[in-house]
Amino acid sequence: MTSGEITVGNPVRTDVDKTSAPSAPVTVRAHGLSKSFGALKAVNNVDFTVTAGEIFGLVGPDGAGKTTIMRMLAGVLSADTGDIEVDGVDVTADPEQAKLHLSYMPQRFGLYEDLTVAENIFFYGELFSVSRTDRLVRSQALLKAAGLADFQKRLAGQLSGGMKQKLGLICALIHTPRVLLLDEPTTGVDPVSRREFWGILYNLRESGVTIILSTAYMDEAERCSRLALLHAGEIRYCDTPARLKATMPGVLLAIISSNPRALREALTGQTGILGVLLMGDRVHVRVDDPAQRIPEIRASLANHHVEITSIEQVVPGIEDVFVALLGSEETA
Amino acid sequence: MFDRLYVMLMKEFLELKRDRWAMFRLIVPMIIQMLVFGYAATFTVYHVKTAILDLDHSQASRSLISHFVATSRFDVVDVASTQRAITRDIDHDQAVIAIVIHAGFNQDLENGHGAPLQVIVDGTNSNTALIALGYINQIVTQFSADRTGSTPAFRGKPAIPLTAITLQYRPWFNEGLNDRWFFIPGVIGTLTLMQVVSLTAFAIVREREVGTLEQIMVSPIRPYEFILGKTIPFFLIGLGDIALVVAFGILWFHIPFVGNPWIMLLGASLFLLAALGMGLLLSTFSQTQQQAFALNFFFVNPFFILSGFAFPIAAMPKLLQWFTVINPLRYFLVVIRAVFLKGVGLAVLWPDMLALTLLALVMLAISVLRFRKSLD
Repeated sequence: MTSGEITVGNPVRTDVDKTSAPSAPVTVRAHGLSKSFGALKAVNNVDFTVTAGEIFGLVGPDGAGKTTIMRMLAGVLSADTGDIEVDGVDVTADPEQAKLHLSYMPQRFGLYEDLTVAENIFFYGELFSVSRTDRLVRSQALLKAAGLADFQKRLAGQLSGGMKQKLGLICALIHTPRVLLLDEPTTGVDPVSRREFWGILYNLRESGVTIILSTAYMDEAERCSRLALLHAGEIRYCDTPARLKATMPGVLLAIISSNPRALREALTGQTGILGVLLMGDRVHVRVDDPAQRIPEIRASLANHHVEITSIEQVVPGIEDVFVALLGSEETA
Repeated sequence: MFDRLYVMLMKEFLELKRDRWAMFRLIVPMIIQMLVFGYAATFTVYHVKTAILDLDHSQASRSLISHFVATSRFDVVDVASTQRAITRDIDHDQAVIAIVIHAGFNQDLENGHGAPLQVIVDGTNSNTALIALGYINQIVTQFSADRTGSTPAFRGKPAIPLTAITLQYRPWFNEGLNDRWFFIPGVIGTLTLMQVVSLTAFAIVREREVGTLEQIMVSPIRPYEFILGKTIPFFLIGLGDIALVVAFGILWFHIPFVGNPWIMLLGASLFLLAALGMGLLLSTFSQTQQQAFALNFFFVNPFFILSGFAFPIAAMPKLLQWFTVINPLRYFLVVIRAVFLKGVGLAVLWPDMLALTLLALVMLAISVLRFRKSLD
């Protein structure tokens, strides 16, 4: 995976090294990437590099520019400014050549619903001029990994949502790409299919394929080697999940209460409370100094007649980091 | 390149084969519309509802009325006795035409000066009215001729020579002036245009909507390979459709086909290319099938009206006449009618063939260029 210098510092600043110098060979490099749609700056001066064998995650709210970046990397959307290099090929200058090195799977993979599973795989294999033997070997392995081996004769239109996504992935992988671009690949996919999906991705990473994926699922973001946190078309933070967690200001407390909403009401805006986030039956409260704040919180909640079951310090999840980093930026 | 084009074509035909209703949708509507057009599209007018008011009650007036009754063109629905009854007949759609013979009709004829005959026409359907008036004119002329012929030197006066010129017409290429001969070839061109433009536009927009278009475009396939793969099947379908309806026109409606089938094939091919280009162009302006539908509706109907299918281009305002220059149907109708009825060849038809070629080239070129842009 990655090594390199630790990028600690004021996490609110945006001029930290976003690319965290990798040691393995770089397979994808984006530099100064911008794209506007009319007055809307969808992507603004984005830089990042991804090394071979990484799973690089683009995380951000809807409209942050994830899909736009993906499409520019895939060469289906031309950038206004900036350069993209994929596996040594300049995508902006020679998108056709780059297409041989990468595979792009949009949010909704375009399957021919009136063709069978096997026919879809055949079609995409032929488009990439995959030889017959290669196609058969690869498709059997991928179908097995995806749990689709028994469905080859079924029409793609009759597959479930998760099966369709997995078939899309198989079609995208039939030509052994060096770089795989996945745009929210598991949205609307059941947990079992998602596990199988990630199983395939890990295998690919081991065989040296570079994977760039965008996701709105925080548990998925956690599985990535490195993450870029996007906001309003810009990369605000870019690092490994562990180091992003370390850059999160403050300490995270999980408070369990029967009335989390009242708890949030009571604590929001208090001194030393950096953020309050509802997480189902619990509330994640970010504080500057737990030793001082925990007694204060207990007192305050008692004042507001909010009963709590427990307060404990927890390791932040990527969602906490995400909200903390991008949220503080909002208010800054 | 041929590998990818081949797999594209294979996919298209596989999808077509999978689509159980495809054959039905491609053939049955053409045949049915052909039948409907063939029987319904006619300018011949029969059984015009006619009201008659005879205020003269003379030998001459009764003779004139019998001339009207004798033809199947007019159905006398009311023999009225007052002017008011006539007005009511027209107002209430009981009659389309009213013939009023005023008192003194016979007297005027006897005296040898012209007798006026009043004809009231419901002009709401101006086309029927105009044609019926033509028939009335013929009948009245016949009546006059009969009278002068049967009463020579009446009361010692010399017969007034009513017509100095006798019109003898012999229309070429369609001696019976059978308007079905005129319409059926036009129907073939029109139906093909509608079919091919919408098929092409919808097929491409559907790929865009489903997302397969973007998926294919990230593969090494070139836009022109995709476009060829998408249009070649519709070109073949279009040719098949034309062959089918031409055969139908010849065998069912007995339209003579005196021309060279190869000239027909050439004209049809060029016309199909232009139609495919049009469909392709529409598809580049549409993100959804709904938009394609609206655009198709917006363009195809004017192309039909401004083609010379029924309404002569020469009679249109100049502005619309200029518009017809970019209408492939206009040229194809000239070609198909000429091949069917006149049997002329390239020596005559080359300007239309050239126009079709240019249109096909320009439309295909623009749409290929636009297609690239529409991917962004």
